Parts: sequence; C-alpha cells; structure tokens
Amino acid sequence: MRPQIGHNQRLRVTFAKGQEIKYISHLDLMRLWERAMRRASIPLLYSQGYNPRPKISIAFPLAVGITGEREIMDVTLESPMAPLDFATSVRRQLPAGASLLEVEEVYPTLPPLQTQVRAAEYLATVDDGESAEQIQTRIDSLLGSEQLPRQRRDKRYDLRPLIEDLRLKSKGESQCILGMTLTAGEGGTGRPDEVLDALGLAERVRAITRTRLVFSPPEEEPPGLVGLGAC
Amino acid sequence: MASPRSVLHSRLSHIIKPARYTGGEWNSVVKDWDQTAIKVVLAYPDVYEVGMSNLGLMILYDLLNQQADVLAERVYTPWVDMEQAMRGSGMPLYTLETRHPLHEFDLVGFTLPYELNYTNVLTMLDLGGIPLLAEERDDSHPLAIGGGSGTYNPEPLAPFFDLFVVGEGEEVLLELVELCRERGHQKDEYLARAAQIEGVYVPSFYQVEYNEDGMVRGVTPTHDNAKPAVIKRIVGVLPPAPTRVVVPFVEAVHDRGMIEIQRGCTQGCRFCQAGMIYRPLRERSLDEILSTAEELLAATGYEELALVSLSSCNYSRIEDLVERLLARHGPNHTSISLPSLRMDSFSLRLAQMFQGQRKTGLTFAPEAGSERLRRVINKMLSHEQILNTAAAAYESGWHRIKLYFMIGLPTETMEDVEAIASLVKEVQAIGRRARGKRAELSVSVATFVPKPHTPFQWSPLEQIATLEEKHSLLRRQIRGRSLKLSWNDPQTSVLEAALSRGDRRLAEVILAAWRGGARFDAWSEALDVQRWWDAFASQGLDPAFYAHRQRPLEETLPWDHLNSGVSKEFLLGEYERSLQKEFTLDCREGPCLACGILETFPTESKVKRRGRWGCIESGGTAR
Repeated sequence: MRPQIGHNQRLRVTFAKGQEIKYISHLDLMRLWERAMRRASIPLLYSQGYNPRPKISIAFPLAVGITGEREIMDVTLESPMAPLDFATSVRRQLPAGASLLEVEEVYPTLPPLQTQVRAAEYLATVDDGESAEQIQTRIDSLLGSEQLPRQRRDKRYDLRPLIEDLRLKSKGESQCILGMTLTAGEGGTGRPDEVLDALGLAERVRAITRTRLVFSPPEEEPPGLVGLGAC
Repeated sequence: MASPRSVLHSRLSHIIKPARYTGGEWNSVVKDWDQTAIKVVLAYPDVYEVGMSNLGLMILYDLLNQQADVLAERVYTPWVDMEQAMRGSGMPLYTLETRHPLHEFDLVGFTLPYELNYTNVLTMLDLGGIPLLAEERDDSHPLAIGGGSGTYNPEPLAPFFDLFVVGEGEEVLLELVELCRERGHQKDEYLARAAQIEGVYVPSFYQVEYNEDGMVRGVTPTHDNAKPAVIKRIVGVLPPAPTRVVVPFVEAVHDRGMIEIQRGCTQGCRFCQAGMIYRPLRERSLDEILSTAEELLAATGYEELALVSLSSCNYSRIEDLVERLLARHGPNHTSISLPSLRMDSFSLRLAQMFQGQRKTGLTFAPEAGSERLRRVINKMLSHEQILNTAAAAYESGWHRIKLYFMIGLPTETMEDVEAIASLVKEVQAIGRRARGKRAELSVSVATFVPKPHTPFQWSPLEQIATLEEKHSLLRRQIRGRSLKLSWNDPQTSVLEAALSRGDRRLAEVILAAWRGGARFDAWSEALDVQRWWDAFASQGLDPAFYAHRQRPLEETLPWDHLNSGVSKEFLLGEYERSLQKEFTLDCREGPCLACGILETFPTESKVKRRGRWGCIESGGTAR
C-alpha cells in the first residue's frame, strides 16, 4: 500500500563517502547529512522529547579512513516529497566527497536498516612487494586456519568465522587489490584492517573501500526496495 | 621522496581525529593559489575544535576572502600525536584549504586569546618552516602578525612577531593587506610603513629598559615611525556579521551558528579584562540580527543559534529579539542560546522563553560569595537577588543550576570563602524544597588571575598555599548528594598570571619551556608545570615576581605604552573605589564615568550610522 499524503515518508538513500571525507567519523557523517538536509529545507521528521533528533539512520557505520561506494541510509520526512526533488535539493548542499546516488521511497513499516545488514564487501589496495603467488600463499594460509584469535581494544575474538570470502582480485605493476566479504551484525563484525593485519599486510595498505552492503534475507538488493518511486 | 600528501595519507589512520587536518568543510573558501596575489594564513594556537569555535577568526576569514586578490586559509595547532607524525615524516604544517606550508604565505596572522596557548604559537611557526625569532627572518619569510586580547600585553611574545594589531582587526587587517599590495613584503620598509597605521605595534621598534630591581624603567621608540604609545583600533559601527561561515565536520567545542549581537560591555566588573578592552558598547539593530540569523541558518544548516556578547541580557531589545527568533526558527527545530545570563528575574524570564519545555540547566555567575566582596569587584548582585533567582529557577522547572565563583580576589578573606559555602548551602536547600531529590547544584570555583588594563592590574595573584587552604575549606563544606564542586589547579594560574603580566624577558622563558617540550599548556593532560619552572630558573627569573607581587601604583607596567582607550586614571580610580567597597553604576544607567573611551575616539563616536554606542552623549542623556 502506498503511504498516504500527510503521513510520514521513508526514503532510502544510497550514497558514497569519498576520499575527501573518508577521515570523518560516523557521528560527523550523521551531522553532515542532517545539516545538508536542513540547508536544503527538507521536512525532516524529528523525534519527540527534550532533545529532538531527526530520523536519519545509516545502515552500517563505516570506520574512519575507509571510503564507501554504496552506503545506505533511511531518512523519514514529516511530509512527503518526490524522491527526485529530494535528490536534487540535497545534492546542491553536499560538500566534496559526499554524493547522493539514488533515492527510493520504501514502506515506513520496514524493520530498521541496521538490523538487516548481514555482511559487507571491501576492496583493499596494497603496495606491492612480492609476487601474486606469495600473496596467494598468505591468503590460503589465513583461510586454512581453523581459528584466528585476535584482540581489539582489550576484547578477544575469533576473526576466522567472520571472513566469508577473501581473494586476490588483481595484480598490477606496483599494487595489488584484494577483495573480501566480511560478516556484519550481532554475531560479530569483521573489520578489513584486522584481516589485512592478520595477512601481515597492514604496513602496505594504501586504501580500503567498502563496495557494497549485503542485507538479510540474503537477496541481492536491500529488503523492501519496492518501487514506490525512485530516481 | 614521497609527496607530503601521500605521506599524510599513510599517517592519518593512526592519528586522533584525523579530520582535524583534512579541511574540505562546507563554506570553506578554496581559491586558486597561483592566480591569487596576496596569501594570508589565519592561525589559531589550539586544536581544531577549539579554534573552530572562535568567531573572531571567522569574521576575518570572511572579510579577507571577500577581497578578489586575497586568499585567507586556516590552520590550527596539530595535537602532539600529529606534531610527532609531521616531524617524523618531514611534512611541514600546512593550511586546510590548499595544503600549502605556512612559510609560503605573505602574512601569518595568529589570534592570541589565551596566555597558555603561547607555546603552540612556536610549534606552529616551527612546523610551518618559519624561523621562530623575527630577527632571524628576512624578505623571503611571511610577516607574523598577532591579534586578539593577548596583544594588550604582547611583550612576552614580542621577539617572535613582526607586528601586533592592538584592538579590533576588521579595518587594520585590510590596511595591512593594502600595504602588501603596494610594497610586497620587503620587511624593513613594510614594518616602517605599518608602524604608522593606527593600532599597529611593531615591537622591534621599541627598546625596553629595566631597573636594577627588575621592574621596567621605560619602553622607548627606536624608530622614527614608532609612536610613543599605540592606541587600540576600533570600528565605529560593527561591520555586517559573517553568515557563510565554515561548518566543521568534526564537532567543535561550540558547534553552532553565532551572531555577535553587540560588542563591548558597560557593567564594569573590575576583574574583567574583556569588559574594559572591548569598550565602547556597540549594538546591532534588531532587524540586522534577524536578517543575519535567516542567512546564517540557511547557509549552514546549524540546529542552534547563539547570541554572542559579553552580557546578552543587556542588549536593549533582547526580549523582543528572542521572541522573534523563536517564532521564526523554533518550528524548524532550531534552538536559541544566550551564553551569558545575569542572576535576576529578567534573565530567568528570558531563559524560560528560549528553553521552553527543555529545562536542562541554568548557569549563573555570582563570582563572589559575600556581598562585601561583590562590592569590591563591582558585581551588583544582592544576596536576596541570588536566592530569589535560584528559587524561581527551581520552582519554574529547572532542576540543575550551576554557579560560578572566583577565589583569590583582592581583599578576600576566609570569611568571604565561607560565604561561598554558605550561599551554596542556602541555594541547595532552596532546590530541595522546590524539586526534592531531583534538585542538582554544581559549583565551579576558578582562581582569580589579575589581567592588564583592568582596575586589578596592580593586584597580586593569591599565594598557592592560601589558595589551597581556600580550596580545602570549600571541599570540606561543599559536599553531599547532588552537589558537585570543581576547581582548577593553582599552579596553572601562577603560569597564566606570570605570562599575562609579563615583560619581554619572558620570551626567553617561553622559548626555553617550548624547547623543553611544553605544548598545549591549557590542557591539563599535556601541561607539565615543572618544565616552566625550570625554564624560568634557566633565565634567572622568578614567576612570583610577575604573578604574586603587589605592584606599586607608580611602577611602569610592561604594557603602559599600549592604550586600550580606557585611561589608567580611570582604572586607578576604580581600583581605589574597590578598596572602599564602592559600587560604580553600569554607565548606561548612570552618568558618564569618563572612562576615556569617548575622548580616545571622538571621531568614531560621531559615526553612528547604524547601531549605536552605549555611551552617553557628552552633555546629553543616555542614548
């Protein structure tokens, strides 16, 4: 059923966090979007109470220093707007490095985005220093391990079950690119820098980018992306 | 060799809050480096989040970038981890806009808001590839300019700077830029011309001599163009407030839109340097503030708007202003804040207007615990007023009140300190009656540090042992559930007091402390006072001479050649009245007190096209 006029409207926004802003934190990014939308005079829905906050939720926080090619957030408006108009107005207010790629209207009753993220795909660019075979050996030995006990901020955990996929994607003259799919969610979240460290490549990492979020149920697209209207 | 940019990249992931160093914020102005003739850096000697909360720097950034042939870029002090990383990789300190090292600019302007930032100035010059001492720099180096309240006694920094701007920078900075257009920056000629500009102080054109007892004998000009006394600059009318201000990504200490609704203050609190040096009072008109607010919020998206001034409640149409701002912007979930509330029923009514349903906390500053001592400092506030306001605040829904006090004020005795404790207990009891267990009270006690150009400029900083005794009395008496007491380290105050009223010999001390590793002295986690005491000792100087000494009234003060517009006679008169415990009326409420500001600026005071001065017309009535 299409949401009725006068009701709150939920928009699902696909965006990129580029080089220029890759060092800003998740909270900084939230403020960036809130202020850009306020400048664009978007009718944001605010929570009730002493400290009203706009209803903007980003599916999966991105670690500082990592770019994101297709990040996703939901924004709730207190009065409906055509997705195209939303996109046009907000794009004018974005600093370099933040780009709005797609906007779609989704059912307001869908579960919160954060609960639906199951995994994420990353590409890491690593400075070369050895042959493709040597890098493959590092990968094989990592994937061959039954356990990868690690420690992060005083917490011990096993990295191995969080790695769904890890492979050498390409090898150039001076750099090679690794691709990985890491589990995300309540059962534990794999961090690409931890994987690279476990591979012994931490010192050679040049860039990491998150290319895609994987949602559950394990379909190709985020849940409920039914074409209520898109741009 | 790797480029600075790639080095930067590989380092930043291990740096605290790396976005402090990457720029690209909304409304930042990036001009074409090669196509812009005059290049200015605006430097703030503290971390990004503090510097980005400074309105003064943003005013100058806006003003300079409006000039087609000028680019103004920003730089803040790198935190110690970043400084190490930069030194390790040989990367110079660069600006946020075009990432050029400081030494490639024409002018480097530092804001000097606080004495404990001084070592950060040295860090920034050094990392920026600029020799620390002005005499070591030649035509190939930028000119180092200091501005802000620190320039009312810049002597401890004199050897590091080419010139200081005393007073308000809006017009002078453009004149200094004009001099760049005409002369480039051939240093000798530039400084000779600059010294003729009103408000410009070129320290190398003055010689300081000392008596055998260590006091200043005199400061004499050594250059034909150097004036015997430098009078501060003011703008007769406040220029339009900036609206396209830079919106930080990293949360600033004051992360909100700011409008300066008035400059200057007429209350005349005797401890307050700002109240003396920012005279005269100049208000913006209501309409100007309303249209500025409109533009500022549209250009930034800020969710909070602060009405900035030394005493916002004294703005002549404050109620009207708050009401209209709320009616216009409240529905967009924009909150309005007033940083300085008086402790009276009027202020409370205002607070009720702008805080609406969200009654989190209210802050007041009685400053002293006893009425006697409040008379000494000219803080007109009766015991009854304080209790009534506190009662009204708790009763009308606030459950948290914060009170600011100072200890170590001139003539203060243990009874005055006990009066703080008993006042606090009375307020606590009032809170209990009104709000029961929910009532909270926090008490913040700062050490009074005497400042130049105030009626207390001759007064000593209290001895550490006495301060500690007073602290322990307060700690003993102010305790209990829902009562919080905070205070500052007295050692920090000694350092602040010494630097604040120091002379030129302290430059060697600052240099020695910096070489010994002093950084971010305003940050308790970074300050190591022993470094400073060692630095004083290495120069054969005693911090007590500067901090703890009652200065004779006839002593030549190190800043006597700098004129704030308020006369030394007036300050002296106020000092004597303070010892007699005599109140001096707010000069908008009584007769002209002849503080000197009207005599100093006879021309400017006639130029009242928009806005107005709080001063009474000579021979006429107020306003």
